[in-house]
Amino acid sequence: MSSETAMLEAYSKREYKHGFVTDIDADTIPPGLSEDVVRLISLKKGEPEWLLEWRLKAFRHWQSMEEPTWPHVSYPEIKYGDMIYYSAPKQKPLLDSLDQVDPKLLETYEKLGIPIEEQKALAGVAVDAVFDSVSIATTYKKTLEDAGVIFCPFSEAVHSHPELIRKYLGSVVPAGDNYFAALNSAVFSDGSFCYIPEGVRCPLELSTYFRINAQNTGQFERTLIVAEKGAYVSYLEGCTAPKRDENQLHAAVVELVAAEDAQIKYSTVQNWYPGDEDGKGGIYNFVTKRGACRGDRSKISWTQVETGSAITWKYPSVILQGDDSVGEFYSVAVTANHQQADTGTKMIHLGKNTKSTIISKGISAGVGQNSYRGLVKIQKNATNARNFSQCDSLLIGDKCGAHTFPYIEVRNTSSQVEHEASTSKVGEDQIYYCRQRGIPTEDAVNMIVNGFCKEVYQELPMEFAVEARKLLSISLEGSVG
Amino acid sequence: MLEIKNLSARSEDTEILKGINLSVKAGEVHAIMGPNGSGKSTLAHVLAGREDYEVTSGEVTYEGQDLLAMEIEERAAEGVFLAYQYPVEIPGVSNKYFLKAAINSIRKYQKQPLIKTSEFLDLLKSNLAKLGMDKEMMERSVNEGFSGGEKKRNEILQMAMLQPKLALLDETDSGLDIDALKIVAEGVNALRSPERAIVVVTHYQRLLDYIVPDFVHVLSGGKIVRSGDRTLALELESQGYAFLEAETASA
Ligand SMILES: Nc1ncnc2c1ncn2[C@@H]1O[C@H](COP(=O)(O)OP(=O)(O)OP(=O)(O)O)[C@@H](O)[C@H]1O
Ligand SMILES: [Mg+2]
Repeated sequence: MSSETAMLEAYSKREYKHGFVTDIDADTIPPGLSEDVVRLISLKKGEPEWLLEWRLKAFRHWQSMEEPTWPHVSYPEIKYGDMIYYSAPKQKPLLDSLDQVDPKLLETYEKLGIPIEEQKALAGVAVDAVFDSVSIATTYKKTLEDAGVIFCPFSEAVHSHPELIRKYLGSVVPAGDNYFAALNSAVFSDGSFCYIPEGVRCPLELSTYFRINAQNTGQFERTLIVAEKGAYVSYLEGCTAPKRDENQLHAAVVELVAAEDAQIKYSTVQNWYPGDEDGKGGIYNFVTKRGACRGDRSKISWTQVETGSAITWKYPSVILQGDDSVGEFYSVAVTANHQQADTGTKMIHLGKNTKSTIISKGISAGVGQNSYRGLVKIQKNATNARNFSQCDSLLIGDKCGAHTFPYIEVRNTSSQVEHEASTSKVGEDQIYYCRQRGIPTEDAVNMIVNGFCKEVYQELPMEFAVEARKLLSISLEGSVG
Repeated sequence: MLEIKNLSARSEDTEILKGINLSVKAGEVHAIMGPNGSGKSTLAHVLAGREDYEVTSGEVTYEGQDLLAMEIEERAAEGVFLAYQYPVEIPGVSNKYFLKAAINSIRKYQKQPLIKTSEFLDLLKSNLAKLGMDKEMMERSVNEGFSGGEKKRNEILQMAMLQPKLALLDETDSGLDIDALKIVAEGVNALRSPERAIVVVTHYQRLLDYIVPDFVHVLSGGKIVRSGDRTLALELESQGYAFLEAETASA
């Protein structure tokens, strides 16, 4: 074996830079899951009766379900009874001003490079920060209010806008949709709610930053975004967690609703702790994300850069109900070391002339396993529907794997579906060629990987594209030379 | 500039170079010819640092330094350039980006400031014009989908941009049409200077009409079996390599 192969193989010894723990007093309930726990969570949040009932129904449904085994991933049995379902920093969760936020929390976000003090914040980005089970701060509230945009913690919206929550909660991802969505519906803690009224173009990028801190705690957040007729919003979520030897479960649900001519652009930069070099620890990221293009000419795009988590299982999907509606999915998923990912999308075409685009880029290094799983379904009435899918895999070293599972169902004759797939390797000869031109190995690999992901980066908001590029090079750092 | 002494090298299972001796001084142009499989490309790659080969004996001094002890990118940054017989494709990375990354990596190594974008673009434009290349090609991925001749021309463009001290050209002429051959030869000649040296590997005397060598060597069976001036190339052209075998057998 040449030393270049050895270098490529070493390509996964990375440092996780967000692995610190914040020492903070927390209100944590004992481990375990039962109806009483569901009631307790609801009680702690002071929720109305209907929401408690909704949770309990989901919980009972969950109890009758089985964990899915079809994803191309493997992990030891999750002991749902040993997990903690609620943990919150001890302080009043609803804050009028950042002065009331525990300085330790502000420090945490500072360290993570997430500015939540407005004067330091990225220009034009409003941030909601979720720490374990509660939202701790939302910035730029005033600017958003003036535009008529609602952007607040989910638990706050339950009280301030109960009619909207009641109308839309579970309307895209029903409580019993799948095993993890049902679990989330029963015990969800917090998350963000965004509502963009008719005709409003949201004046800021909205962003939620999720942080898991407490040990043995699951994070079950819920995000709901509603864009009314002609509205536009671009939303970004980021995620990190401390280094811990145990695996932690993150089972979120995201629902998007786009009315006529509305557009929602949802971007994720996911960097949960991936576990160590030997595959110990890390987050199980089992997430249900779905958008409904309810109105004609509406558009939903998912862009995701997934570099973290021990296991990723998610299929951000779009239901194209409105005529001429558009669904897009742009994804970069990296699996290094022992990481596993089974990710992709579902595009369900119901309306006429609906269009979907899928660009998926899977990168595997170390002994990582990366699967693309995608469904394109075109129903009988979705005449003249179009789909274009492109699934590319890049392998770094020769102990990793890439798999593609495309499912295509077309029920009419006027529609067109195109699927392209490729698998390539970061070859030793490519690295050698770059080095012969003076470019060191690590830079060469970054250059090749970035080139491979180019089409997806183009879809990310500017600052986040820069961030994503950095993240990717960190996740592959030390893996070569 | 380059001093190769008794250099032997092998791949995993075979001995390929068997005691090469060669001395190249600044300002000189050397041509290496020889039958297929005689080890010409292997020699070029060993000098560039390719890790598929193991040097079993001998030494190589480049500008007074032990070349074999240097990393591949260090050799490049110190001015060693190899134009590949088979240039490599890098999908997703544009030629323009690649060239700039190469220039800046070398500058970083030499502790020089990075190149200004405007300076880079001017330099690129003038070299493209010299080599009769379309500027649109620079937006395309490195060598991806390039024709055989375009790839070779692209190697020369990279050389012109990087201005190496020691250029090793491995069969840069093969695959080029007659007009392209002239253009590429002009590009190489433009690099000729008293501070630089050029080693061209070729099968055809024709290239040497344009790039006139000071010395011609014949590599056969992993050894340099004959050296001479440019008339040796003409001799080979008319007689082929058969006479070498006769000579070595009778010696
Ligand atoms: N990595 C390798 N592994 C095994 N054998 C090799 C390797 N590289 C070269 N060889 C062998 O070594 C010999 C010399 O190859 P080389 O490419 O140096 O020849 P060449 O003189 O450049 O030939 P040509 O004129 O055809 O380009 C050939 O027999 C080749 O098959
Ligand atoms: Mg050769």
